[in-house]
Order: sequence, then structure tokens, then C-alpha cells
Amino acid sequence: MILSLSGKEVAAQLEQQFPGSIIASSENNFLVKSESLLDIAEYLKSSPELDLDYLNHITAVDYYDYFEVVYQLTSIKHNHSLVLKTRCYGRDNPLVPSVVSLWQGADFQEREIYDLMGISFDGHPNLKRIFLWEGFQGYPLRKDYL
Amino acid sequence: MAIKTEPFVINIGPVHPSTHGVFRMRATLDGEVIVDLEPVFGYLHRGIEKLAEERTYTGVIPLTDRLDYIASMSNNLAYVLAVEKLAGIAVPERAEYLRVIMAELQRIAAYLVAIGAFLNECGAFFTPFLYMFREREKIIDLFEMVSGQRLLYNYMRVGGVSQDIPEEFLPALGEFLKQMPRFIDEYDRLLKQNEILLARAKGIGILTKEKAVNCSVSGPVLRASGVKWDIRKADPYSIYDRFEFEIPTGEVGDCYDRYRVRIEEMRQSLRIIEQAMEQIPSGAVKSEVPHLIRPPVGEAYAHIEAPKGELGFYLVSDNSIAPYRCHIRAPSLMNLTALREMVIGWKIQDAIIIFGSIDITVGEVDR
Amino acid sequence: MIASPSLNLEHYWQTLPPDWPGGFWWHWLVLTVIIIASVLTLVMGYIWIERRGMARMQARLGPNRVGPFGLLQPVADAIKVLIKEDIVPANADKIVHWLAPVIAFAPALMIFAVIPFQSGTAGRLADLNIGILYVVAIGSVSTVGVFMAGWGSNNKYSLLGAMRNVAAVVSYEIPLVLAIIGVVLIAGSLSLNQIVLAQDIPFILLQPLGFLLFFIAGCAEINRSPFDLMEADSELVAGFHTEYSGMKFALFYLAEYAEALAISAIITTLFLGGWRGPLLPPWLWFVLKVIIVFSVMVWTRTTLPRVRIDQLMALAWKFLLPLALINLLITALEVLAWPEALPWVMIPVNIAIMVVLVLLWSRFFKLGWGRVEV
Repeated sequence: MILSLSGKEVAAQLEQQFPGSIIASSENNFLVKSESLLDIAEYLKSSPELDLDYLNHITAVDYYDYFEVVYQLTSIKHNHSLVLKTRCYGRDNPLVPSVVSLWQGADFQEREIYDLMGISFDGHPNLKRIFLWEGFQGYPLRKDYL
Repeated sequence: MAIKTEPFVINIGPVHPSTHGVFRMRATLDGEVIVDLEPVFGYLHRGIEKLAEERTYTGVIPLTDRLDYIASMSNNLAYVLAVEKLAGIAVPERAEYLRVIMAELQRIAAYLVAIGAFLNECGAFFTPFLYMFREREKIIDLFEMVSGQRLLYNYMRVGGVSQDIPEEFLPALGEFLKQMPRFIDEYDRLLKQNEILLARAKGIGILTKEKAVNCSVSGPVLRASGVKWDIRKADPYSIYDRFEFEIPTGEVGDCYDRYRVRIEEMRQSLRIIEQAMEQIPSGAVKSEVPHLIRPPVGEAYAHIEAPKGELGFYLVSDNSIAPYRCHIRAPSLMNLTALREMVIGWKIQDAIIIFGSIDITVGEVDR
Repeated sequence: MIASPSLNLEHYWQTLPPDWPGGFWWHWLVLTVIIIASVLTLVMGYIWIERRGMARMQARLGPNRVGPFGLLQPVADAIKVLIKEDIVPANADKIVHWLAPVIAFAPALMIFAVIPFQSGTAGRLADLNIGILYVVAIGSVSTVGVFMAGWGSNNKYSLLGAMRNVAAVVSYEIPLVLAIIGVVLIAGSLSLNQIVLAQDIPFILLQPLGFLLFFIAGCAEINRSPFDLMEADSELVAGFHTEYSGMKFALFYLAEYAEALAISAIITTLFLGGWRGPLLPPWLWFVLKVIIVFSVMVWTRTTLPRVRIDQLMALAWKFLLPLALINLLITALEVLAWPEALPWVMIPVNIAIMVVLVLLWSRFFKLGWGRVEV
């Protein structure tokens, strides 16, 4: 049975490594600041007891004040999983660092979030629209589109 | 004196006889060898995620049918599992067994299409494809008995299944289970040692273990690369922990291994269906849920092992009758991340075969 | 020569006087009409056999609406194709585009000028004493037509398909010709008529390896499965005839089947004994044997997947060519050592040699090798 790692414990562990980067944590997930996302992700992937090498999916949700980007990570060897969240504020040009250099599976998913929600990913090699055509105005999955 | 050559770009698709839907690949060729490949899709984007925010939780189920239209029972199952996880609804025993039987039958049907289309692209001019469709017709007849539909079933509901099976279903299923192993053996025998198939598929499009895990690949493609990861065993959903079955894996990760993994998994699915048929109890097939479900505020992610890979639904609810956000983790889209690495350095004919062995459905890629 | 041609078979089945209808021009006119009419009819029959046969092997019915058993289906196809609009790409080279189907189709018809289908002088249009050489030479001309089609279409896919085609045809000519030379050695003459008359025992028994080589090389020459990557539907749409429609496409389609008919006819003449056989009229035997050979071709098409271009070339150069040379060597030794010996000795010896060679060679050569850069 896959073990869902407790957000609180992992958050406590990470707080020692990267102080000040955890905003909130709960039983199921924990929330980090978007600036320290890349460091934390790298630590999660390379640390031997966590070893979260498989990225299940990346999603973005539009809560009118902010966008929340959700990462679901799994470790194939240890068979445990973790949910990581980050937020970005502002609707004009939200920016989040990209994790493509760590998990290549994020490639198409970040392009999809850029295409449909409008969140830009810093460091993505090929940030183009993926489903809609070039020159499409607007970001359809946002709550204020239509 | 060296001849001056320059690479040129050709378009494979979007309207291409190699089935699988509207999908375009822009390949840069140097002679016959591919140096770069860029997949372009979005021709079938219907905005299912946005549409789901305006329908009730039960009204989204027909939308999920149309995602991977070859295996629509699995799509339904993943979605209702997510809603049940969100709302904390329990499912009666008989419904669980029915779900497992339908999901495994659907897996066999989808693998038959996958293998048939793969061999069609190898050039065996429709013969294995039509043989496999002959078996698929029997499965579709079973599904028509249950839900009245041949392709898009809309059978699962939140809290169970929509209706009970008719009386002639279980005897017909027993008939099918008696005949099917012989057919799988026949296809295996005809194709396993075929010299031309071995030449076209062995050693082509190798995906290493580390690359497969890094690219978030799942399903038969991941297992063919040697990673023993099957969600039915790693994170059992429904009642899969009561059945005994094995997970076949490949060694090298080439196209031939993916084909072998699919054939072996069909045999394991038959085993599961046999066990489920013996153990199925009687009782209700749907628990009492209100007509308009209002789950409490929260979020849930449920994933299943669909025929294409790991199909997951991420649902966010704000206590209204429609989901606030419904995100679909589509296995075909993730499996495509690895396409570029697998194809570079091979010829065009190999690229078509590699693409066929990943087995995508564009309805799922584009949603 | 092993068998003597003086058995006076010319008078065996005598329905017409030996120099009917008399006169050079009458002979040419009547036989040309007969040959063209029967070739076109047989091609239609071939299309029917292929579609019905392939369908039955794939667990489905095949065309069965148009006429009894769907026999008029090819006629319906021909009418459909004739009334379609003829589309020429804008930037295509007009003359080359227009000439290509003609140059691809004409040689297939010209081969039938020398093939004997009846005993006596009325059985063939001309008895060239270099018969088989003429056949090989004319058969290569249709490749020029294919290449013109690929170039004149102004389309990358067509050009790729045409180049592959030229490479494959050139490679497979050599085993083809070497297999023919084995037959010529035994019969002692290049003339097709003499070869048929020399077959008291069909040469398929005396030259089993040669038959196999000729069949494989012949299938490759005419782009039939498993070597049909020139027009592979699932890869390059339709290869060199992507941009053709209407009657020009019909000519390419007919040319493909006419060439299949020609190869079947040549196999029948060289290896199966042509029109020889008891009881039935010779031309009926000829047609029956041709249909049998073609059915085997349909069978291989339905069963086998397609090979890749470099595997195709490797098969020609590394597998067929050495076998063809060895076959030639052994045949020459046998003709030298036992000039009028019993062919019954040769049969088991040759069959044994073929089995041993094929098994041995396929152990050394696996289709997955061979990275010939095209």
C-alpha cells in the first residue's frame, strides 16, 4: 500500500534544511514559497530516504486571489508519495520556477499550465502554447475567462 | 570530396493513415535518419476540464467516457473513485466486484486494439488487426449486454455502478473465458518468433529505466523498461488486494518488450476475471447517494492503472454541486514526453513503429 | 542440354495449323489483340483474387455485392477511376508527370510478347532467341517511370518513395538474373520457347533454390509485400504515386498488377513447365499455373509484416546474392559432370543442397543486421 507521507513531518524536516521557506503544512500536503521551490524539489529528489524520483502530475488551481500549483511526487523504490504546493499571486504575470531540469516529465505539463492558466515557468526550455494555437488571446481555464 | 547535405523538415500527420487520431510530428531528417522530432497536438482539444466545472459530479461521468475512447470503463472508474475519496462514500461489495470485472475486460479489449494497431504499423496489412478485432467484438457484446452501448459506456456511478448485470451475462462471460486463452496463445505463436517482426521491433526505440522514471512514463511502457510498478499492486484501489496476479516486466525497453508485456498482461487479466467471477456476492449495486452530491470542502487525487498507464483525477471541491477544479492526469500525454529521446537516431519507419508501440489515444492527450 | 527438345511437342495439341493465321502482319495483329485483351482481363481477375483471397484470410468477406461473388468489382473500380478528376500539382514538371505512368505501364505489357502460352507458332507473338534476356531488359525500364513519377510530383514524400524504389530494384536485379542463368544452363537456350520444350521434368524440381530466389527477388522487384515499403500506406502515405489521381493513378495500379502477372507468367514458364500438361488445353494449363503462383503471392502478402529499407538491401546483398552464386556454381558443375545423366539423380541432390544452404545461411545472417546507409 502506498504510504502518503505526512506533510507536517516532511515540513519539519525541511524547515531545518531550508529555514523560512515553508508557509504552511497539514496532514496531506505542505506549502512552500515559490522562490525556494527549486531547492526544496532538488532536496526531495536527491535525499536517499525520501528519493522522490517520479513526478505524477502538476496541476494549477485558480483561487481568485492566487494561483496554487500542486505537485504530486512518488518514490518508486520506497513506495511513498508526497504532495507539494506553492502559490503565486497576481493575475498579470504569475511566475514559478520550472522543475524540468529535475523531472523531465514536467515538460508538457508546465506548457499545458502556461497555455491554459497563464502561469509562466522560469527556466523551461520551450515555453510555448501546447493545445491552443499561437496567437490565441487569453487563458481559458481561469475562472474569469467567460 | 564530401557531398553537401542539409537536413529537411517533413510533417508526419495530422491526417495520417497510421491511426491513433489527429497527431502531428514535425521530423527533421538527414537522409533517412531523424535528428529532431517535435510532437504537435491540440487538434482534439475539447476543454473537458473547463466543461467539468459546470456540470454536476454525476454529469461529468459521460465526459470522462470521451477521454480515452478505447477504454472508457477505466476512465469512468478513475473519476468515480476520486469523487468517492473526496466525499467519503462507501461502495457495496457486489458493485466492487462488477467494477473489477468490467475494468479487466476493458483492459483486454484495449490491449487488443493496441497490439493490432502496432502490428498494422509494422506492415502486416491488417491481418492481425482484424483477428484481434474478432475477439474484441465478443467483449463489446458483453458490454452491450450490461450497459446498452458499444463504445462509450457511462456505466459507473458515484457509489457503485448504474445497473445490475442481466442473467445471461455471467454464463456468457464464462464462455468467453474458456475461449480466450486459446486465442491469445494462437496470436502469440504466430507472432513471437516471426523473423520480420523481430527485425523491425527488437532493439528499436530503447527507453532505459532511469529515463522512463524521469519522464513520468507509466503503464506497459514503464514496465517494459524493467520497472516493476503497477498501481494495482503498489497502491491497490477498489478490491485489487484480494486477487492474485503477477506483473510482467520487460528487460530492455524496446518495442518488442512493450508488445510482449501487453500480451502477458492480457493473460493476467483473464486470471483476475476468473477469480472475481468465483467470489462475486449478491446484493445492492449502488449505495444511497443524494441526487446532487455535495462533497465537503477539500481535494483528492485518485489514480488507477488504466490500459494506457496511470490515469488520475485531481478534484477540488468547494461544497457546491459542481467540481471547482477537475484535472485529468492523462497517461498518453506523459508517455509522449519520452518520444523524442526514443526516436532520435532512427529512421522514419522506425519512428512510426516506436510511436505505435507507446500506444496513445489523442482524446486523452488533448482532452 | 539435359532433355532433348526433339520430342515433337509442336504437334501435340494441334487445333490450328502450325503457321496460322499466315503472314507476318496478320500474326502480329491477331496475337497483339489476343495478348492485350487477355492480359487486361487476367489483371482484373487478379485484383478480384487478391481482394477476395486476402479478405477470407483475414476473417472477413471481401467484395461480394457487385456481380456474382463480387466478380465485377474491378470493373466498378475501373469505371470509378476513369470518371475522377485529373489533378496535377501546381509546381510539377508537366511532361515528366504525364509521361511517367505510360513508361511504368508499357514494359509490363511488352514482356508478354515472348511468353509462350500455347504450343505451336500461334502460341506466342515472337520467338526471340534471346527471349529471357529481352524480358529482363524490358522489365527494368519501368523503374525509370517510377523515378519520373517521384520527381515530377514536386513532393518530398514521392521523392523518398521513388529513391527507395530505385535502390531496391537495382539491388534485386542481380539475384534475379543469376537465378535465371541456372535455368538457362539446364535448358541450353535463352529462348523461352526452348525452355518450355526442355521441361520434361519441371525445373522447379531441378532448381529448387533457383525458384526460391526468383520468387523472393521477383516479389521485391514488383513492390509486393513484404517488400512494399515503396507505397507503404502507414508510412509515407502512398509513396511515389501520392500525387496521382484519375486515369494516371489507374495506370500505376494496373501496372503493379500487370507486373505481378508478368512475374507469375515468367515463373510459370521458367520453373513450372509453361503450358505443358496432360488432358487440358495448353492455354488453360498456363492460366491455372499462373493463378497458383499468384495465390502464393497473395498468401505471403497477407501473412508477413514489412521490412525496413536497409534490411531490404541487406537481404539482397548478403543473403540472396551469395546463395545465387552458389546455386549457379553447383548447377554449372552438374551440367558439366552429367550431361545426359538421369535428371532423377539431380532432383534429390539439388533439393538436399537447397535445404542445407538455406538453413546454414539463415543461421549466419539475421535480418536485424545490415545497416547499409541508403
